[in-house]
Amino acid sequence: MPDTPIARLSRRVRVCAAVMLGLAFLPVAAPAGESRVAVATNFLDAAEALAIGFETETGHRLSFTAGATGKLYAQIVEGAPFDVFLAADQARPERLVAEGLAEEGSQFTYATGRLALWSAEAGRVGADGSVTLAEGDFRALAIANPDLAPYGVAASETLGNLGLWEALTPKIVMGQNIGQTLALVATGNAELGLVALAALQAPGQSLGGSAWEVPLELHSPIRQDAVLLTRGHDNQAARAFLEYLQSPGARGLIASFGYGD
Amino acid sequence: MAFDDLGPLWLTLQLAAVTTLVLVVLGTPLAWWLAFTRARIKPAVEAVTALPLVLPPTVMGFYLLVLMSPGNPLGGAWLRFTGDTLSFSFSGLVIASVIYSLPFMVQPLQSAFETIGRAPVEAAATLGAGPLDRFLTVASPLAFRGYLTAMVLTFAHTIGEFGVVLMVGGNIRGETRVISIAIYEHVETLDYAAAHGLSALLLAFSFIVLLAIYAMNGGRALRAR
Repeated sequence: MPDTPIARLSRRVRVCAAVMLGLAFLPVAAPAGESRVAVATNFLDAAEALAIGFETETGHRLSFTAGATGKLYAQIVEGAPFDVFLAADQARPERLVAEGLAEEGSQFTYATGRLALWSAEAGRVGADGSVTLAEGDFRALAIANPDLAPYGVAASETLGNLGLWEALTPKIVMGQNIGQTLALVATGNAELGLVALAALQAPGQSLGGSAWEVPLELHSPIRQDAVLLTRGHDNQAARAFLEYLQSPGARGLIASFGYGD
Repeated sequence: MAFDDLGPLWLTLQLAAVTTLVLVVLGTPLAWWLAFTRARIKPAVEAVTALPLVLPPTVMGFYLLVLMSPGNPLGGAWLRFTGDTLSFSFSGLVIASVIYSLPFMVQPLQSAFETIGRAPVEAAATLGAGPLDRFLTVASPLAFRGYLTAMVLTFAHTIGEFGVVLMVGGNIRGETRVISIAIYEHVETLDYAAAHGLSALLLAFSFIVLLAIYAMNGGRALRAR
């Protein structure tokens, strides 16, 4: 066939038709979708591990945006394009439901966070970390900013319940979220930090150093709630992921990351 | 503006003032050398000087965080000599700001020295003036406008610093909690009234600074190079 514009066009039309015909006969189980998930920094590793199983099982695709819960909340209020919110507390999802930005009845606790006193130095944190804190033999203790991050609230409660808040205030340095707090300790800038236990227990990741699991009675539980956002109402991938999070397999994986009940 | 914000505001002004003074002292010889040297490494030194203009603050913040750690030779030496860490301290912020604002001091100065040229200084030398004398009584008065531009830009740029401080500061009241961090926190906690107050203040300040420089230099200030 001579390579005229008309011939090229007709060839394209035929190719298109063939492709469309082919698509029509593809086995269609469920239309695979995409969903954007806003996730609290402490849960990012676990969420990415969950996504692997979820994506192979359902064919859906997830993309994660990690940040401090307070920051993500503000972004959602300002119209950020997220379908699902995995917060680090219960208050922000509740507010989103009240404000009509999240689906009523979709909220549930997907993980309960634990706090750990951690140092990148081996032997720095003793068997009883509260003693290490009380001795005060360190320059800086990193915590997440209590105004922004639920793990920061838990950290300040812990120090308050140990009766050390006043004494340690001059030594406290703050990360904007639990991830930055972890970085301050990991780089050795702060010798000690109250970080997410999940960051230390993540499978296949060993940060080393020394750690003490903060007993549950020292702070109110860090219940982390998930919620379907209003703009994810028709998003099949979003709904499927929220369901997947409650499956026994997912719950086991979440527990292996150091989240308790 | 909340009363709570006066602390960060004052701290920010102190940081900008100290940074500007340090950079006048460090930037003058560097700019002088760059203006008159014929050394082959001049382009390399110029490139290094300009790096903070193009690097994301996160890159500098990350390197500084690693360098300032007490486990690092630099951070460790500082801790031994001063008894204080570089990270989370005002001194650390000054060092970070000096690096971050370096081009804003050096480039206008270099340009001013180049404009003056060698002639006046060489003339002074033939009249018997020593090197320091030549600089203080001949070159620096001629470069007055260059100094004014460089200092105002450095001061203003330091006030606007955010990314680096966020990474190495640790948000400590009266030590590292500067105005841009305070704004960030107000936004994240949805205290938009306080955020608006501080932001409007910074906006007005920055505009006035730039207006003053452009008016002073007839519009050539930022195109000097």
